[in-house]
Amino acid sequence: MTMTLMKGNEALALAAIRGGCTHFFGYPITPQNEIPEFLARELPKIGGVFIQAESEIGAVNMLYGAAAVGCRVMTSSSSPGLALMQEGISLLAAAEMPCVIVNVMRGGPGIGGIQPSQADYFQMTRGGGNGDYRVPALAPATVQESVSMMVQAFEMADCYRTPVFIVSDGMLGQMMEPVEFDNIELKEPPEKEWKLTGHGNVRKPKTIKTLMLDPARLEARNFELQEKFQKIAAAECSWEEYLIDDAVLVFTAYGSTARIARNAVDQLREEGFAAGLIRPRTLWPFPDKPFQQLASRCQTVLCVEMSCGQMVDDVRLAVNGKLPVAFYGRCGGMIPSPEELVAKAKNIMKGGRQ
Amino acid sequence: MCNERVLCAGFGGQGVMSLGQLLTYAGMLDGKHVTWMPSYGPEMRGGTAYCSVVVSDNPVGSPIVTTNATCAIILNLPSLEKFEKSVVSGGAIFVNSSLIQKKVNRKDVRVYAIPANELAAVCGNPKAANMVMLGAYLAVSKEFSLESVIEAFKKVFGEKAGRMLDLNIRALKEGAAAVNATIELPKAA
Amino acid sequence: MSVVFSRTKGLTEAETHYCPGCTHGIAHRLVGEALEELDLLGNTIGCSAVGCSILSYNYINVDMIECLHGRAPAVATGIKRVRPDSIVFTYQGDGDLASIGTAEIVHAAHRGENITVVFVNNAIYGMTGGQMAPTTLAGQKVTTAPAGRNPVINGMPLKVSEMLAQIPGAAYVERVSLHSPKEIRKAKRAIKKGLTCQVEKRGFSLIEVLSTCPTGWGLSPVDAVAWLEANMVPYYPLGVLKAPEGGKNV
Repeated sequence: MTMTLMKGNEALALAAIRGGCTHFFGYPITPQNEIPEFLARELPKIGGVFIQAESEIGAVNMLYGAAAVGCRVMTSSSSPGLALMQEGISLLAAAEMPCVIVNVMRGGPGIGGIQPSQADYFQMTRGGGNGDYRVPALAPATVQESVSMMVQAFEMADCYRTPVFIVSDGMLGQMMEPVEFDNIELKEPPEKEWKLTGHGNVRKPKTIKTLMLDPARLEARNFELQEKFQKIAAAECSWEEYLIDDAVLVFTAYGSTARIARNAVDQLREEGFAAGLIRPRTLWPFPDKPFQQLASRCQTVLCVEMSCGQMVDDVRLAVNGKLPVAFYGRCGGMIPSPEELVAKAKNIMKGGRQ
Repeated sequence: MCNERVLCAGFGGQGVMSLGQLLTYAGMLDGKHVTWMPSYGPEMRGGTAYCSVVVSDNPVGSPIVTTNATCAIILNLPSLEKFEKSVVSGGAIFVNSSLIQKKVNRKDVRVYAIPANELAAVCGNPKAANMVMLGAYLAVSKEFSLESVIEAFKKVFGEKAGRMLDLNIRALKEGAAAVNATIELPKAA
Repeated sequence: MSVVFSRTKGLTEAETHYCPGCTHGIAHRLVGEALEELDLLGNTIGCSAVGCSILSYNYINVDMIECLHGRAPAVATGIKRVRPDSIVFTYQGDGDLASIGTAEIVHAAHRGENITVVFVNNAIYGMTGGQMAPTTLAGQKVTTAPAGRNPVINGMPLKVSEMLAQIPGAAYVERVSLHSPKEIRKAKRAIKKGLTCQVEKRGFSLIEVLSTCPTGWGLSPVDAVAWLEANMVPYYPLGVLKAPEGGKNV
């Protein structure tokens, strides 16, 4: 096992290459620039291509073209850049083009700031693009998990013919942690019989398109897509549980906030409070199950986010009224400290206001 | 139990980021759980730059060190003003006394004043002030093996490490001597 | 009896949805013939754009991909960078290319993308029902400038080819017209030249094709052709704006 110290962003970039990515199209934005910079340096060495696009709109449409001819392709950006890509993401989902899109989230709304944030949960799980579509969203919490999820994202993308989001943030992207790349085993990618190659004068021309002027056909097409989304939802939910069996209060948080919540759980346990943590690893599909299965000892779920409360909606849907769901959030690039979370949890456990 | 939470701060260009990375790498090579988290943004270009290093026997939760630093390594005055209050009671502050004349106000922390720029100049490279500070910290903390720190040089500085190694080891020694601690330093590889 | 004319293999047998007298049909045929005559049909991937010609994939006998409004040059970039030996073209109208897609077309030219762009300029938005395009002539009546395009409010019509020709990465830019058989033959030569430019990896090529929109213009097909010649050609002069020799060589 060879451990090396890497920034989350660089680890994502190297993992993309290990995951078979050959093409990258993107536009500079803080705090994700280490990803394009790494790939601009490394992709040409493996015969791949790095193009700095004229905008995120250009980038996402280049992604569409490259995916349509069957290569493993990705882009990365940060919150406002993702907002600019939404039209293209809706198209990628509708045309079922496999690709990976990384969001290293920063504070919003508007131009906002450049410090870590999780205020794009809605953007990542609901989308801002038009129409009924879903995009699988993987949320790593460590640099090592950034690596494994990046590889998983490419495989999911090909398996389900879908764009896949990696939901990172400024903290996870900028921090360095030990990481190793030794255990990456790539599955054989599926045959992409749908890809465009030119008909070679031996078959009828193929078309990749999403325009359907006949409402009945478009509805049928929508139902087909929904069936796929349901299949993904049934198979791909993922989460981590930490000390929840006897927990009276269960934190829930994803990504870098989950690291802080875990610290808070440890501190509370040291002081004799039975706290635990559910960490969703997929944001869509959202893992309802661990919330539905919480033991009767659990009295409150405390959702912590670097936002004003977005994932908490999904937590409430999962809990479905069976338990009170409290919320604690910091935003704009402010990062909660474990002490803040400990104080909030104690306040709740003593019957304080939720 | 090891749970070092170190803030390294100074002007951009003083090498606080690489100082932090060296510590982080050395901790990793010693088999610890580690994280390194930089400040980032416009402040990198000329203003105060700082990074948080966590080295622990347990998996690291938050990589951010704000209010609970066990140690701060401070290379310039604005950083002292910003981070003096971040150190826990009983912790340590290493101050680059070449650039910081102001006294540390805290009475509940150990303060080590190291004339890092002067000592680096003695070693032949004023830019090695960060290494002098690191040497001082290592001498006090005793959580890191020197083999790992030297190995970390190679990781952080890449090919430059070979040429720089002698100089850096001298700078470490000067820093260690300045805190009146003795550490065994192997000869340059 | 000798055959003097037949359907090109470059077109499918589907009937087009275009209005009577619309010159998209002719432009499609020229693209199809050019690809067939250069023996490129089997190795070509086309990008259709939003506008009347979005359904061009039903008519042109090559693999095609439908693109969002204005984005065809970015999509073509993605395709070409994965398959540099495929022939990649976009077929875009003036609303698509000259309005919403200016960033994408300028930067495809700027990067010297080795693609061919067929830019159909009929001085109006056809599909959405006759609104003003950046290329609508001064005084030309359209639904969103009912009194005629007023340059004080809307500026003068955009000369896309002139603008793109001065970009170093653009290897070949020519403006042609479809208002007479002679000009149509010239147009086909230009499209073939653009594709050849791509085969020879010389960089970005664009052929601006002046076209009619009888429905949008409120004219009969015959009057529309005459109007094009009388009004569009003087403002949009025909000819080569950039020769292939000026492009980047591989």
